[in-house]
Amino acid sequence: MKGPQTGIVLIGVLLLCALAAMGASATTAFLLERVAYRPLRRRTTSRLAALISAIGASFFIQEVFALRYGRDILPFPRIMNKTVLFHIGSGEVRTDKVLVVLAAIVMMILLDRFVGTSRLGRGIRATAQDPEMAVLMGVNIDRVIVLTFILGGLMAGVAALLFGTFFEVTQYNIGFLLGIKAFTAAVLGGIGNLRGALIGGFALGLIESYGASIFGAQWKDVIAFVVLVLVLLVRPTGLLGEQLARSRI
Amino acid sequence: MLLEVEDLHVHYGKVEALKGVSLAVAEGEIVSLIGANGAGKTTVLRTISGLRRVTSGRIRFKDRDITHLPGHRRVGAGLCQVPEGRGIFPGMSVMENLEMGAYGRSSRSLADDFERAFALFPLLSERRKQQGGTLSGGEQQMLAIARALMARPQLVMMDEPSMGLAPLMVNQIFDIIAAIHEQGTTVLLVEQNAAQALTRADRAYVLETGKVAKTSDAATLLADDSVRAAYLGVDSTG
Repeated sequence: MKGPQTGIVLIGVLLLCALAAMGASATTAFLLERVAYRPLRRRTTSRLAALISAIGASFFIQEVFALRYGRDILPFPRIMNKTVLFHIGSGEVRTDKVLVVLAAIVMMILLDRFVGTSRLGRGIRATAQDPEMAVLMGVNIDRVIVLTFILGGLMAGVAALLFGTFFEVTQYNIGFLLGIKAFTAAVLGGIGNLRGALIGGFALGLIESYGASIFGAQWKDVIAFVVLVLVLLVRPTGLLGEQLARSRI
Repeated sequence: MLLEVEDLHVHYGKVEALKGVSLAVAEGEIVSLIGANGAGKTTVLRTISGLRRVTSGRIRFKDRDITHLPGHRRVGAGLCQVPEGRGIFPGMSVMENLEMGAYGRSSRSLADDFERAFALFPLLSERRKQQGGTLSGGEQQMLAIARALMARPQLVMMDEPSMGLAPLMVNQIFDIIAAIHEQGTTVLLVEQNAAQALTRADRAYVLETGKVAKTSDAATLLADDSVRAAYLGVDSTG
């Protein structure tokens, strides 16, 4: 690699990286659904079984990477110049931060539009709200579920690239805590509510950052999970309310 | 025959819920399935829709064996169900719920179908953007029926459409079922409200503990002493 890129070249490099990351991640998601979820769905309707299987699959993937790349922190190549654009107070606004924020917003809008207006999006929401009823509407729920996994994989691929570009390190288990925090954000916003998850993620990030500056950085994760426990205790349906549990009359 | 069910056996675990049910529905009929709680009425419909696996027996629809056809493909074949409890998607608007009804159809213009639905249910037209979960029970039942019709089915199966509704609304729902039937849709009706079910139907089956105990034209069953005693709350000695 020739070093930090700029301009058109940078956009090209970023798009290529994104495509590769999305492809790898979506393929993994597709395989996981086949191996770790679909067989369970055939045998049981327990959501707990799927959750346990998800944690197991996560450990499996982590250990595969640990065997191949070791357990140390590895460098992530610098793709772009990180120039400071301007300052807000003592905080600096850098190109890579702008990229992360913009890309996240664009992705959320695209996903929200897709799930809200496309035919597959309607199938996804119907399957989430009432799978049996979805079947009675002619939805092939096995197909919808695997496509949802692939969609999630595509999003995760972009997220991983943005994370790597920003922090410039990676490790065999770097995604685990992120996954748990993504779950916390989804619970905070209300499971099954896409916009809720966005707001939940944003709120969790702010709470963590401000909490860390008050109590010290070592308390960051503790704060995140205290938030999770509090939400589950006080408002289990999340900030925006849960579309799934509401009114199964 | 449009629908033929032959010697259907269905198990929930080790419990046999259906012990050899046979029934048939001809094109253009309204057929009622009555019986006490737990007799297996809902299981019959769920099995015909493909939500329950068949232990043995056969289901034929339009002379085609659909016993092992996946549930989602039965809708396209012309078979639709309005389930018990209505099954409205709570987080979707009235329009989106209706669109779900046409999910299996190739996505040509649905304008005619919306028009037909709103002509049949003017109330829904006023509530297009409202979330399904916020509708009243009667409105949800209307939406569930309108949604099923979006698939342009030849046979609509309805599970307890009058359940939990106010008496006035019950009458309205049965009037709508009659109207749908008049427009050419065949109806298989499961009801606890046996009086209404028998008054409106051409023929009926009485289900008892997973078996067909009686079958006849509806008028005969309505006059039958044992049926009156068991399902109409009429004391046959009195």
